[in-house]
Amino acid sequence: MTQKNRLDGGLIDRSETFSFRFDSQYYKGHKGDTLASALLANGVRLMGRSFKYHRPRGPMTAGSEEPNAIVELREGTRKEPNTRATTAELYDGLRANSQNRWPSLKFDAMQVNDLLSNFFAAGFYYKTFMWPAAFWEKVYEPIIRRAAGLGSLSTQDDPDGYDKGFLHCDLLIIGGGPAGLAAALTAGEGGARVILCDEDFLIGGRLNLETYAVGGMEGAAWAAETVARLQAMPNVRVMPRTTVIGAFDHGIYGAVERVSDHLAVPEDGKPRQILWRITSKRALLCAGATERPIVFENNDRPGIMQASAVRAYANRWATTPAQQVAIFTNNDDGHRTASDLLAKGVEVVSVIDTRADAPTSSDYDVVAGGVIDQTWGRLGLTRIEVKMPKGGIRRIKCGALGVSGGWNPNVHLTCHQGGRPVWNEALAAFVPSGTLPPGMTVAGAATGVFSTHSALQSGAEGAKAILADLGIKASALALPGAEDTPVRITQFWHVKTAKRAWVDQQNDVTAKDIKLAHQENYVSVEHLKRYTTLGMATDQGKTSNIAGLAIMAEVAGKAIPEVGTTMFRPPYTPTAMGVFAGRAWGMDTKPTRLTPSHTWAEEQGAVFTEAGLWLRAQWYPKPGETHWRQSCDREVIQTRKSVGICDVTSLGKIDVQGTDAAAFLNKVYCNGFAKLPVGKVRYGLMLREDGIVMDDGTAARLAEDHFVVTTTTAKAVQVYRHLEFVRQCLCPNMDVQMISTTDAWAQFAIAGPNSRKLLEKVVDDGVDLSNEAFPFMACGEITICGGLSARLFRISFSGELAYEIAVPTRYGDALVRRLMQAGEEYEVVPYGLEALNVMRIEKGHATANELNGTTTALNLGMGKMVSKAKDSIGSKLSERTGLNEADALKLVGLKPVNPDHKVPAGAHLMTKGTEVIATNDQGYVTSACYSPNLGCHIALGFLKSGDTRIGEIIRLVSPLTGVDHDAEVVSPHFVDPEGDRLRA
Amino acid sequence: MHDLAPLCALSGAEPRVDVVAGVTLTENPTLALASVMARQGHEAACRGHLSALLEGPVPEPGKAILHDPEASFWMGPDQWMVGAPSATHEDLAAQLRLRFGNTASITEQTDAWVCYDMRGDGIEDAIRLCANIDIDQMQTGDAQRTVIHYMGVYVLRRDPATWLRILGPRSSAKSLHHALVTAMRAAL
Amino acid sequence: MIINHPLLGPRDSSEFVYLGDASLLNRPDWQADDALEQFIDYGHTRDNPAGLHRELWYHEQGDRSWLVVTRNTVTHEITSVELARDVARTEGRFE
Repeated sequence: MTQKNRLDGGLIDRSETFSFRFDSQYYKGHKGDTLASALLANGVRLMGRSFKYHRPRGPMTAGSEEPNAIVELREGTRKEPNTRATTAELYDGLRANSQNRWPSLKFDAMQVNDLLSNFFAAGFYYKTFMWPAAFWEKVYEPIIRRAAGLGSLSTQDDPDGYDKGFLHCDLLIIGGGPAGLAAALTAGEGGARVILCDEDFLIGGRLNLETYAVGGMEGAAWAAETVARLQAMPNVRVMPRTTVIGAFDHGIYGAVERVSDHLAVPEDGKPRQILWRITSKRALLCAGATERPIVFENNDRPGIMQASAVRAYANRWATTPAQQVAIFTNNDDGHRTASDLLAKGVEVVSVIDTRADAPTSSDYDVVAGGVIDQTWGRLGLTRIEVKMPKGGIRRIKCGALGVSGGWNPNVHLTCHQGGRPVWNEALAAFVPSGTLPPGMTVAGAATGVFSTHSALQSGAEGAKAILADLGIKASALALPGAEDTPVRITQFWHVKTAKRAWVDQQNDVTAKDIKLAHQENYVSVEHLKRYTTLGMATDQGKTSNIAGLAIMAEVAGKAIPEVGTTMFRPPYTPTAMGVFAGRAWGMDTKPTRLTPSHTWAEEQGAVFTEAGLWLRAQWYPKPGETHWRQSCDREVIQTRKSVGICDVTSLGKIDVQGTDAAAFLNKVYCNGFAKLPVGKVRYGLMLREDGIVMDDGTAARLAEDHFVVTTTTAKAVQVYRHLEFVRQCLCPNMDVQMISTTDAWAQFAIAGPNSRKLLEKVVDDGVDLSNEAFPFMACGEITICGGLSARLFRISFSGELAYEIAVPTRYGDALVRRLMQAGEEYEVVPYGLEALNVMRIEKGHATANELNGTTTALNLGMGKMVSKAKDSIGSKLSERTGLNEADALKLVGLKPVNPDHKVPAGAHLMTKGTEVIATNDQGYVTSACYSPNLGCHIALGFLKSGDTRIGEIIRLVSPLTGVDHDAEVVSPHFVDPEGDRLRA
Repeated sequence: MHDLAPLCALSGAEPRVDVVAGVTLTENPTLALASVMARQGHEAACRGHLSALLEGPVPEPGKAILHDPEASFWMGPDQWMVGAPSATHEDLAAQLRLRFGNTASITEQTDAWVCYDMRGDGIEDAIRLCANIDIDQMQTGDAQRTVIHYMGVYVLRRDPATWLRILGPRSSAKSLHHALVTAMRAAL
Repeated sequence: MIINHPLLGPRDSSEFVYLGDASLLNRPDWQADDALEQFIDYGHTRDNPAGLHRELWYHEQGDRSWLVVTRNTVTHEITSVELARDVARTEGRFE
């Protein structure tokens, strides 16, 4: 296929020819083309089907505001739906497919919707699919989704990486047109740290799209030269292919850089896109302006475009949508397209100007005071019908129609902090208001100054003022000479006789829909928007909002500023989800923390589980064990019979020092710590100020002024934060210092009747581990293995004679190997989280399941621990009546009456003979397991007045899992309730 | 002398080295660390001891003093980290306890951290994909706490300025290494 | 948002953890006659101003200072940032 609509000149590189495919057809284009420009050059105008009515559509614009030419870009795992052909940079081998059509773009079965358009008017879905409710999910929604679907996802993992990055600057310049370039030159030469972002791959904005001269050379050449100058400045970062998508608090901007979208496959290790978080002292918005269409009958046919887009394609991309082009305009700018096209050798068949006083031309035909009455051409424009000023219809053959309704400043980012644009009657457009995001100013066409000269000037002056504000002296830029044409426009929004005239082409909203919404009393512009979906498509109504407002104003008999405008929100252009995720994907969603014995545990074939950020061994399967329960039961039995070892490094450890350390712990634990002797450990219960348990742990007193506090794995971060709050905010004059030491120490539990004997083999001579010298709850600093400093704690979570030993983390791996070796004669086992959990349930120890953010010390059976003799966090509010009802929940043990029955966690407890309703609820099961020592399932749970109901047979109900059977209420201490083993 | 062999934070017997486009990332296991926190009412005396140790001023907020053999950076109000070569200062915390007496709380921190040294031209580009710090404004002797992929780290600009030291939580050494190498490959 | 830390200068708010109303610095006297009522008030009663609000932020990924930040809840403008410890010493009820 030849590039039959390729013109001379342009900013494409003809020395590089790219082959690409759109649907099943292969085409050729050049470096510098977009997918849309290359297709137009090949004579293709039809690029998609509309959302609702499946109308044939082609590109309306040449930029990111495009509502129509939406395609699926790339194929396979890299397929990206809903991509604008007008911004997709062409590369060799590019594959794109039209979407929203079946079976083909030219014959789309769903175009029947277009014939049924009377039924699909505004509010159709709301009105039709209201009832019955059950139909919504199963019937209506799938049908609507299939009919109105946009592109489809690959449903496979994206093989490419996305990054997040951080930039800092004095001045962020958004947009690299004449205003942005002049600003960047001014600020760059002034020495400020400047970032210049432009969404295009070729910086220059409309300088690349127009034929205006700047400084005696072509505008595009001046832009290229200026960009080169800026790139040579070390204090300026020039970022093409980078869209600033949002303005956030305090000068923070989000920008998406498309690093690899112009390549078939990203380079090795390089991301596809980067989401930059730019922290700026000031920002200058130079986002330019967007030409808006005029609404008329069948104004959506392929070939009907913004007039400025038609000349952009001709000037920059050396292509035209057709060889015969007509123009429809209400302002002088439309005439510019006509003269540019003529200069490129394109036939301009007529310029229809709505103004009776339209400028005349000797080069082309002008219909002053005419409007478009009708258009023809099923898959692309073939003919227009013009209503002549003196009456009568004139038929004109043409393949393209450029429409100019005037220009809208791109105010979008000025609205991201709540600013509302204001109406400028002379420009017939909304311009930025005085309430801009703090730190932002606006220059160029985005403020409504439309000539090249005034854009250059306002950019340079804007930058100079910003630098002065920042205390940087900048000299005035010698402005290059440029055109300074005034804006001449007469408001004309839509042809009133039109019946099927599109306002929002992406969401298929017609002028009739807006009138209907008004009839149905949707008077607020925000309601209009939601009812008709005007401006709610992926283009956020960049080309449609203003016409919608104008039509609404007209039917309401108001002026446009009285109707108001809707807000623009981030992102400025549609943004891929992947770039928001960045590298936080799969296992990289969060960091992983590894225990010191991880490598060793892997060698043992351990199965790991996530505990917070930690990976912990869950069980250690032995050859022949096919079910986790076999491993777990063996580990439990062997530990209780002889000895087991468990890596408990993940428990939070906090070093607390200072002369007031004991007083401080007395404040944060509800039980007393002031009198804990040196060399002893005490269990501590920490409350929230509202009396609910926050966490539990131990505090070991290593010296008068030195404690080591432990927290649960899950709460380590929150507890540390809380302790710092108490230290700095509530006890600012206490002499207390804290630092986390969780990662510094490798800590292992050695539990079981042979644990002492095992330990004695590794501690150094002179370390006396006898029960007298080192009793239950003792702690001390010792040496092991010939001189390694270690900390030893005689504490037990399993209920057995047990120790926890801590060494500097780098020795953790060696220590676990040594302990296993020393324990060989006792057939020592490593045990994982499952066995640890079984043993603590057997012993009746609480964990996060019981400290679940709703329970009090009283619930846990530790009400007496809350000291009334001192002030501690939470002690006062734990006295609240509601937490001390006579039938308060109490921790109990549960044993099924039938030993074969399970006791699922989450099951509810019901008094026998009562109906299973919420008001009869007596409590719930928190933790459950199979106890290999008792030979049945057991559980812990909370039961109303549970401490007085030991022996009662209670009904266990779990409607979700179909459980309904009897269990006996027992003491939560299933194993060694007197604690003899601990003290052996 | 005990007979337990230490492991590096990345679980190797030897430190790991990665090179991407001329920038090296080296795991550095030779650093002994201890935190120094002034006791209330002894702030001036504590600063005096630290100043004597560093033979000059103590690090102010956001700063490090790159002194040999002991160096230090600011961690928080009246709180500093002191580092020294572990070959000569394996008992750094004990040494500091002797020096500071009752003017400071000293806590052993050597194994709480993994230390990476990133060196070469272009380190700033890699850091820009990692951490929200203004790396271009950081001079030799600057030390900032920041976040790299949800991990709290310290970033120190050393001498020469093409050398960054990154201290991160040791248990996350592998995740931090992955984040840094991924950023180096993406940026360089 | 950017919080201008009194010691470290401007820092990104992502380094901080938010707690809430700075009135939490004024913890009641546990031995007062109406201590329970005072604590209920302290724990649960908050103003919710549209405008200036003094609130507690924790520089968790920084120097671990608790800060009292005066922020306009409508505009997010921050007009003052103080070390909570200093505020507690001058304004708080502490021992």
